[in-house]
Amino acid sequence: MTRIGCLFDRLRKQGRKGLIAYLTAGDPSPERTPALVEALERGGADLIELGVPFSDPIADGPVIQRAGERALKAGTTLGGVLQMAAEIRGRSEVPLLLFTYLNPVMRYGLERLARDAASAGIDGCLLTDASVEEAGAYAAAMHAEGLDTVFLAAPTSTERRLKLVAEYSTGFVYLVSRAGVTGERDSLSAAVGPLIEAVRRVTALPLAVGFGISKPEHVAELGRQVEAVVVGSALVRLIERNLDNPSLEIQLESFTRELKHGFGAHA
Amino acid sequence: MTPQPDAGGHFGPYGGRYVPEVLMAPIEELETAYLAARQDPAFQAELALLLSTYAGRPTPLYFARHLSAQLGGARLWLKREDLLHTGAHKINNCLGQALLARRMGKRRIIAETGAGQHGVATATVCALLGFECVVYMGEEDMRRQRLNVFRMRLLGAQVVGVATGSRTLKDAISEAMRDWVAHVGDTHYLLGSALGAHPYPMMVRDFHKIIGEEARAQILAAEGRLPDAVIACVGGGSNAIGIFHAFLPDRAVQLIGVEAGGRGEALGQHAARYRGGAPGVLQGAYSYVLQDEHGQIAGTHSVSAGLDYAMIGPEHAWLHDQSRAEYVAASDREALDAARLLSRAEGIIPALESAHAVAEAVKRAPAASGRVIVVNLSGRGDKDIDIYRENFPELDR
Repeated sequence: MTRIGCLFDRLRKQGRKGLIAYLTAGDPSPERTPALVEALERGGADLIELGVPFSDPIADGPVIQRAGERALKAGTTLGGVLQMAAEIRGRSEVPLLLFTYLNPVMRYGLERLARDAASAGIDGCLLTDASVEEAGAYAAAMHAEGLDTVFLAAPTSTERRLKLVAEYSTGFVYLVSRAGVTGERDSLSAAVGPLIEAVRRVTALPLAVGFGISKPEHVAELGRQVEAVVVGSALVRLIERNLDNPSLEIQLESFTRELKHGFGAHA
Repeated sequence: MTPQPDAGGHFGPYGGRYVPEVLMAPIEELETAYLAARQDPAFQAELALLLSTYAGRPTPLYFARHLSAQLGGARLWLKREDLLHTGAHKINNCLGQALLARRMGKRRIIAETGAGQHGVATATVCALLGFECVVYMGEEDMRRQRLNVFRMRLLGAQVVGVATGSRTLKDAISEAMRDWVAHVGDTHYLLGSALGAHPYPMMVRDFHKIIGEEARAQILAAEGRLPDAVIACVGGGSNAIGIFHAFLPDRAVQLIGVEAGGRGEALGQHAARYRGGAPGVLQGAYSYVLQDEHGQIAGTHSVSAGLDYAMIGPEHAWLHDQSRAEYVAASDREALDAARLLSRAEGIIPALESAHAVAEAVKRAPAASGRVIVVNLSGRGDKDIDIYRENFPELDR
């Protein structure tokens, strides 16, 4: 079992919910990423999604698009992100999930990535544009090295598709809260409740909800329904607004803590 | 060759469906609706009527007597898609998809555009059939093609500038996909080339294959035999696959796709995917794509905005690997010169895209005495007048 599986076991035994934090690796610079991850951990993040920037991120809204552009401009590559992961792993056991698009992964090589990611201490991978129909070779390569493959379930997914998503997912299933791209929203979509119910019917895996989650209130509401909540754009926007601020890490830590407090007694 | 694509939309290893899960169910719904419409005589009859009475089909196959004589070799025939309403082949696909969208109960159509030809054709069919229309266009392309931006607005479309990435076609497609993800319930994404996730490459090809069907019958009637070669320009590859398709079983007919050679061999200076591109995934499909060593999609350049795109349609990737079609490149300069030559010789000003196909015919014709070559003249050059003016300053004094 990966650190991801262990995390969800531990959360269940302790009656807690997990906070998953996304950041774009290499934003604003590759050197800065390990310290930002450490700040997220201090604030209470239970799992870190390391976004690998891609030139054409069709699933992302403007905040994460801009972060990707900054990271690419700073020279970030998939190989570089693995080095960052190894550095983080040198001092921490926090679960790490690579979050990216297929093309950089195919270019790197599926088997080579699985091998290098495992030895860098990565626990799993989520590729936003890898549909389950096209994911056979990718999932096999990751599983052969003991890595988890997390797939997205969406409000538009049919029952047949949700079964496939559950079948290909290991570690947890990532539920997209609404039909749309990544980015903060004021309120939660009404689509999320029925989606959670529909996915529960087809899998016993832990569920995490993401896309549009930006406030402690969202975390509180979802914490009553699923095992973990993902926050991405709200954190990336905080980084964007404080690029030259020496207290960026402190602010990131305290915002993460605020989000985590949304779980209340289950934090 | 076995019929392509397979049930999953694969042309050999290429094509397929590489989109976020939120789009998978809508794409399956689109495929189901399209396969039903394709079998429905009422749908086909309505499309055929609009193609003839509104768009202007069939288009002529014209013998370019003067150009042939001037080059002193092959007999050159031009398939005159430039004579269609809105000035290019794009209207074939727009009419087909808009009728499909109406059948699916959508009320809003979105599209991307590079040069603006597909945007204008989309805005046109939306005006005709009463759809709300939003066209995404890179800000750089809006600057290069101001006239088409105005035409779209005149037709009632909203043109949304895209300021991300390279601000060209690739970024406009990404933005249209993001819009679609958020509005799948009432919106159809009218993709303009033989690109993207299945069923788009197949569906766009089907709506354009009438080009080749007409051309094949016309050349048989005119020359009493099949041509030796068929030449078309290839951006995403919709006009090329449209004219190639009817000739695929005719193994003796050479099929030649012409990519944008741009202004140099280095990555970023051209849009010739077989010149340094490698198979990869972009915007829904697996095919040859220009990219760097880390899998980031490369910038492209062409004097012709319609060919200025990093990926070639997946069926062309398959035809290339099967050696059924051959792919070459024409430089910016060669295309510009060919446009000028055709204008003077035949009184036909071609679109810059189509001028790339003409350029290849100009290269081949002198040594091809007795051969018959069909060139797909996919669009007319009105939209490119500003670029021609910049490049032929001696005519503008």
